[in-house]
Amino acid sequence: MKEKDSEEDNHKKVRMMKAEQQYIDLFTQCEDMINGHSAEVMSRLRRQAFADFCRLGFPTRKQERYKYTDMAKLFEPDYGLNLNRLDIPVNPYEVFRCDVPNMSTALYFVVNDAFYNRALPKGHLPEGVILGSLKEMAELYPELVAKYYGKLADTSKDGIVALNTMLAQDGFFLYVPKGVVVEKPLQLVNILRADVNFMANRRVLIILEEGAQAKLLVCDHAMNSVDFLATQVIEVYAGAGSAFDLYELEETHNATVRCSNLFVQQEADSNVMLNGMTLHNGITRNTTEVTLTGRGAEISLLGMAIEDKQQRVDNNTFIDHAVPDCKSYELFKYVLDDSAVGAFAGKVLVREGAQHTSSQQTNRNLCATREAHMYTQPQLEIYADDVKCSHGATIGQLNENALFYMQQRGIPQKEARLLLMFAFVNEVIDEIRLEALKDRLHRLVEKRFRGELNKCQGCTLCKE
Amino acid sequence: MLEIKDLHADINGKEILKGINLSVKAGEVHAIMGPNGSGKSTLSNVLVGHPSYEVTKGTVTFEGKDLLTMSPEDRSHEGLFLSFQYPVEIPGVSMVNFMRTAVNEQRKYKGLPALSASEFLKLMREKRAVVELDTKLANRSVNEGFSGGEKKRNEIFQMAMLEPKLSILDETDSGLDIDALRIVAEGVNKLKTPETSVLVITHYQRLLDYIKPDVVHVLYNGRIVKTAGPELALELEEKGYDWIKKELED
Amino acid sequence: MQNNNKSERLAEPYEVEEKSAQKGVTEEEPNKLIKQIAQEKYKYGFTTDVHTEVIERGLNEDTVRLISAKKNEPEWLLEFRLKAFRYWQTMEMPTWAHLTIPEIDYQAISYYADPTVKKKGPKSMDEVDPELIKTFDKLGIPLEERMALSGVAVDAVMDSISVKTTFKETLMEKGIIFCSISEAVREHPDLVKKYLGSVVPYRDNFFAALNSAVFSDGSFVYIPKGTRCPMELSTYFRINAANTGQFERTLIVADDDSYVSYLEGCTAPMRDENQLHAAIVEIVVLDRAEVKYSTVQNWYPGDAEGKGGVYNFVTKRGHCRGVDSKLSWTQVETGSAITWKYPSCILGGDNSQAEFYSVAVTNNYQQADTGTKMIHIGKNTSSTIISKGISAGKSQNSYRGLVRVAEKADNARNYSQCDSLLLGSQCGAHTFPYMDIHNETAIVEHEATTSKISEDQLFYCNQRGIPTEDAIGLIVNGYAKEVLNKLPMEFAVEAQKLLAVSLEGSVG
Repeated sequence: MKEKDSEEDNHKKVRMMKAEQQYIDLFTQCEDMINGHSAEVMSRLRRQAFADFCRLGFPTRKQERYKYTDMAKLFEPDYGLNLNRLDIPVNPYEVFRCDVPNMSTALYFVVNDAFYNRALPKGHLPEGVILGSLKEMAELYPELVAKYYGKLADTSKDGIVALNTMLAQDGFFLYVPKGVVVEKPLQLVNILRADVNFMANRRVLIILEEGAQAKLLVCDHAMNSVDFLATQVIEVYAGAGSAFDLYELEETHNATVRCSNLFVQQEADSNVMLNGMTLHNGITRNTTEVTLTGRGAEISLLGMAIEDKQQRVDNNTFIDHAVPDCKSYELFKYVLDDSAVGAFAGKVLVREGAQHTSSQQTNRNLCATREAHMYTQPQLEIYADDVKCSHGATIGQLNENALFYMQQRGIPQKEARLLLMFAFVNEVIDEIRLEALKDRLHRLVEKRFRGELNKCQGCTLCKE
Repeated sequence: MLEIKDLHADINGKEILKGINLSVKAGEVHAIMGPNGSGKSTLSNVLVGHPSYEVTKGTVTFEGKDLLTMSPEDRSHEGLFLSFQYPVEIPGVSMVNFMRTAVNEQRKYKGLPALSASEFLKLMREKRAVVELDTKLANRSVNEGFSGGEKKRNEIFQMAMLEPKLSILDETDSGLDIDALRIVAEGVNKLKTPETSVLVITHYQRLLDYIKPDVVHVLYNGRIVKTAGPELALELEEKGYDWIKKELED
Repeated sequence: MQNNNKSERLAEPYEVEEKSAQKGVTEEEPNKLIKQIAQEKYKYGFTTDVHTEVIERGLNEDTVRLISAKKNEPEWLLEFRLKAFRYWQTMEMPTWAHLTIPEIDYQAISYYADPTVKKKGPKSMDEVDPELIKTFDKLGIPLEERMALSGVAVDAVMDSISVKTTFKETLMEKGIIFCSISEAVREHPDLVKKYLGSVVPYRDNFFAALNSAVFSDGSFVYIPKGTRCPMELSTYFRINAANTGQFERTLIVADDDSYVSYLEGCTAPMRDENQLHAAIVEIVVLDRAEVKYSTVQNWYPGDAEGKGGVYNFVTKRGHCRGVDSKLSWTQVETGSAITWKYPSCILGGDNSQAEFYSVAVTNNYQQADTGTKMIHIGKNTSSTIISKGISAGKSQNSYRGLVRVAEKADNARNYSQCDSLLLGSQCGAHTFPYMDIHNETAIVEHEATTSKISEDQLFYCNQRGIPTEDAIGLIVNGYAKEVLNKLPMEFAVEAQKLLAVSLEGSVG
């Protein structure tokens, strides 16, 4: 038994070495090319990130945080990269008419990991707002970017953050200066586009100064029928009294692996809403870390996943109440069909002295088949006494009494089930603070449940 | 309209109904009374096809059709309505969406086109008046956060919307104060036509002061043991059920 | 005012007692109960001066052989121990618990201590050393049957040896076997061989392997088919000797259609050194049988500065093997410097049911990481988890639990509720539930809340003339009531007092 264990361990080690070695080789061989097509501010961190990656490797399931997803395995296959930034032949504005109807957004694109600069939306952003390619902005405003870039995303703690920092060449940058309100919602569409199996490493940096306000909708799409692996690291700094909403909507395909690390730091009285919705995907791992560093900060952290076939969604969240008087509200809902696997691990830490913390976390899940598996792990770690904290998790089925009640009123069972499933996930959608997006998502979800949204063909947002 | 013959039904293998015979004609109001545990609620649940109950013997025809082979929703489409004793709360499903789906499914069954949004909302407004249902309630999720009285009024409102041929009121009076009872009963009476029938299931006489029955049955131990005119309800109110039990034992 | 007072007190936790007493004198009538509680402290901290044979410190194969030889064990049991020992040597201490465990030197501990060494052969009342009888009297566990609590049979274990088992003969008349595990190995080898290690295999975890190698004594219970045990069975564990570890092993088998309620109590003297306690409890519940297992754990928790105290690393597990079987765990955990304990249940039989009711109190520098595992395998199984954590002083208190529903476990139901109460701002309360669900017909619900005693509640009590310390006692007992109600009467009263004593000096 013991011998067998160690044999397995060895086997794992060999396999893992293989997974990591290709990225180590890649960096060693292509470091100059990577740097040559990126900004100096970003490249500054690569050596350290590389050292951290070599030391950490990919996370294993033995690590509590990665208990439910074998990351090394996801990085093992051979993917192409576009390190010397060949032009990708696509005009996203022609392929996608992605405006949400009744919602006037300023629309931007990132193709794979490169910001698409050729057709920017008309109309002006408020004075002082900086938005665009992370690479370019890092060249134009090196001091501003250097002050924040890589400060939250610590490469010494997580192998995948290290990998992204070591390879990422571009992405999206948003800066909203003190007191400025960006009224028009911003929309960023990430398009995965390639003719061979492809890996993209994107990077997003968002800075809101004191009192600034903005809302950003990010949609992920996969355009071609090849395997995609996308890593992304998003860093969000919300200054005192700022307000920021980030809605992430994934509609890719069954052969897409998404690995996202989102870091948020909130100053006093800031208000942030994060809402991650997985409508269609392959394997998704979303890690979210929110640190509340100023009194009176509020975070709403929401998520939803509708999965079937072999899809997997693993959401791992961590909310750190570092100071008193902050509020966190967390709600995640999963609907699992076929052989889908869902995982949710949510940790709330209330540090010593963080009195008057209020924290509420809820995770509810529906499993429709025997083959669908759900793992949930809410965690509270509390070191202050004057707090109100709770969490709840349930796994179950639709309420049989409600189903019968609806049937008695003449609603066929199938329809009744659908109504109850919409109601189930709508709780997450209803938290959205953009009415038009809310309506659109209600419809998208309905289509998804009716099986009309099997595969993302181009942008389903506009092909209703 | 409704013909029940020798109906036997189980729940979890336990026989509750032990041979019910009942005939309700169009336009009639029947009351079924009986002590707790006699099988009153089981009878109403079996008629609308609740999956927890199993019919082991007997037949039920509704307008000449075999009711027992129909799905619960088809029974509803055929014109059978149950006002539940404990209406369930359905969070996240709005009353409007719920009722629109129900009404249009019924229309689909009858080969009628779906109502447009404005037609539907007009219908809602009209019918809400029948039971004085607050607009606010109509905008909430189904039964969620409704008081006991509001839930029962909401049941009658739905009855108004769906215009059933046979309405079963299962302990509709329980948990109602006198004003709410009056509103609910008046609602039922307003909806009553010479073509529609009502089956009132109740423990007490008081609802029958408002909804006058043509026939009163006493259900006891899974069987109908006594059938008479409205005067039977008054007699039961006065003397309780013990004398019937005694009569049966003798 | 209240707040200032609090922070001042918390800064100097060792003076709390005195201050609350002063407060009593200056502000209100001196309250007798507070005084009584304040003086009570750990009342079981005495030592017994009795000749005890202690084997040399250290652990190797020879130690294992020596323990086995001292107990005249059959060859198969020695083999079992040696296998476990060899496996243990390949293992490392688990680190996943939310505990800070100082390095334990397993070679500095003696693994066998016999306080009855002067006497040989089967023991009757006359032959038990009067010192030992006195000790158990003092602990409130009279070993003479005529003096004993009515309706409770006791197996009294001190250090590595069972001193005396009461009402053995009375029970034997019904075919119920209640004796020390050493005796069971001699008298009922087939039963022991059949069930020992069948619920907790020696490979289960680090401490289970250690226990399987060096276990000394503990209780064995067998309830025959169709028998309802007429009295509560109880084992009382006492550590006395210094620098020894206690490794008891309990095995309970409830045959078809039987019922037993079993109680476990424990205490240890106050010593500056930490003492190691690594026990195993295995319970087998067969068709339609029911077992209730209640524990009031009151090992020495260490002093107010965190010096001394018992390290309590326990593996408790029951296997509902039979259809319609039922197992109920109730625990009140107030003692030990470190507690690592997860009484669990494998719901193997169809329609089996399990419950876990727990109150865990930590004060001063105590650490507890405790909870349960419910493994649903059979069909229509249900489990309930109610856990109440109370943290005070500088302690850390964690609930850790797993609910797993296997693929074939149709219609499994679980409800878990884990509440934490914090008394003071320097302690920690944590909740780590895991839910792994592999069957779509399962309904699993988990709820957890963390709160403190509200100022309003305290003020309300104060206004009605109830001093703060008493009010906290009242509120805490109310908070834990759901669990305390599950205890047999004799234990419930004791447990209530224990809660008050454990929280002494924690007034916030």
